[in-house]
Amino acid sequence: MIGREEHDLHRRRRGRNYALLAVLAGFVALLFTVTIAKLGANVIKPEMEWEVTE
Amino acid sequence: MTHATDIEARGGDAEFKDYFELLKPRVMSLVIFTALVGLLVAPVGVHPVIAFASILCIAVGAGASGALNMWWDADIDVKMARTRNRPVPSGRVTADEALAVGLGLSILSVAMLGLFANWLSAGILAFTIFFYAVIYSMWLKRSTPQNIVIGGAAGAFPPMLGWAVATGGVSVEAVLMFAVIFLWTPPHFWALALYRNGDYERAEVPMMTVVAGPVATRRQVFWYSLALAAVAIAPAFTSIGGLVYLVVAGALSAEFVRLAWIVGFRAETAAEADGHKVEKRLFNFSILYLFLIFLALAVEAGLRAADLSVGLVGGLV
Repeated sequence: MIGREEHDLHRRRRGRNYALLAVLAGFVALLFTVTIAKLGANVIKPEMEWEVTE
Repeated sequence: MTHATDIEARGGDAEFKDYFELLKPRVMSLVIFTALVGLLVAPVGVHPVIAFASILCIAVGAGASGALNMWWDADIDVKMARTRNRPVPSGRVTADEALAVGLGLSILSVAMLGLFANWLSAGILAFTIFFYAVIYSMWLKRSTPQNIVIGGAAGAFPPMLGWAVATGGVSVEAVLMFAVIFLWTPPHFWALALYRNGDYERAEVPMMTVVAGPVATRRQVFWYSLALAAVAIAPAFTSIGGLVYLVVAGALSAEFVRLAWIVGFRAETAAEADGHKVEKRLFNFSILYLFLIFLALAVEAGLRAADLSVGLVGGLV
């Protein structure tokens, strides 16, 4: 059963992996939010733009 | 050999917080604060999401330069009490890992800032990382007693970065905020070096206190403080300042110069007699000083938004 024993290293590695997962998920969420924010001004309500220009 | 010890032998199995520590979180907090103020005081509004994402990029970029610094300086960090427990000298993270984290985050933060905000701010961030990691860490730190004077520029860029994120340019206000941190760095660090001299001597870092001696360093602390006071008051007369800022910056600068005067002209024996009490006070006060100066600028921005600011350039600004 070599490799199955629970060791401090496994705990540390697991913690590191979960933290990295959180960072990556946060990065994805950030990209999504920024994309919406950047698109928002130009896309969300195009009819309002029409009203202004007409 | 068990499986576990086999892993241990390969090294580099640090915890997440060890990698986070590579980014010098305490320095990062100052970077976040000054960059945020630079962004808030700018005359152009920024979407809160874009502002948050940009400040994050600036913070990560500053952290990346910290990791590169730790990769390069591990050999001297191990000799100094203040830095001995950093992740690389203490053996928790390998130097190669620090290099990888530093390079990876540098590229990521610059590219993302360019996409989130604009490419001028991304360019300044790239230059800041290069300046801190290459010009300061690799070149100046070990070769000249002017190391922290010129290296201080790296720490002075964040408010200019915040301003560039908002406006897409650089103006006199941004340059003044840069100059405040730039001139603040030498008296701040030399006040510390005056009572931590042994550390730098052991590490053979040519700090001013080691090369020119404490007396010359004391004089320089005073002269830089005078220059700092003048530059710190100047923003009061620009579009980001006002009466409130003038009063706050004036009072803080007067206290800074007063302490620097004592530090600058007292004998080394007197300093040793009271355990470098005034030097420690100046060092601690300098941190509070910078924080309050930038806080006052943020307060002025808030007052302007509420139409309550008493501007000193052409009445109400």
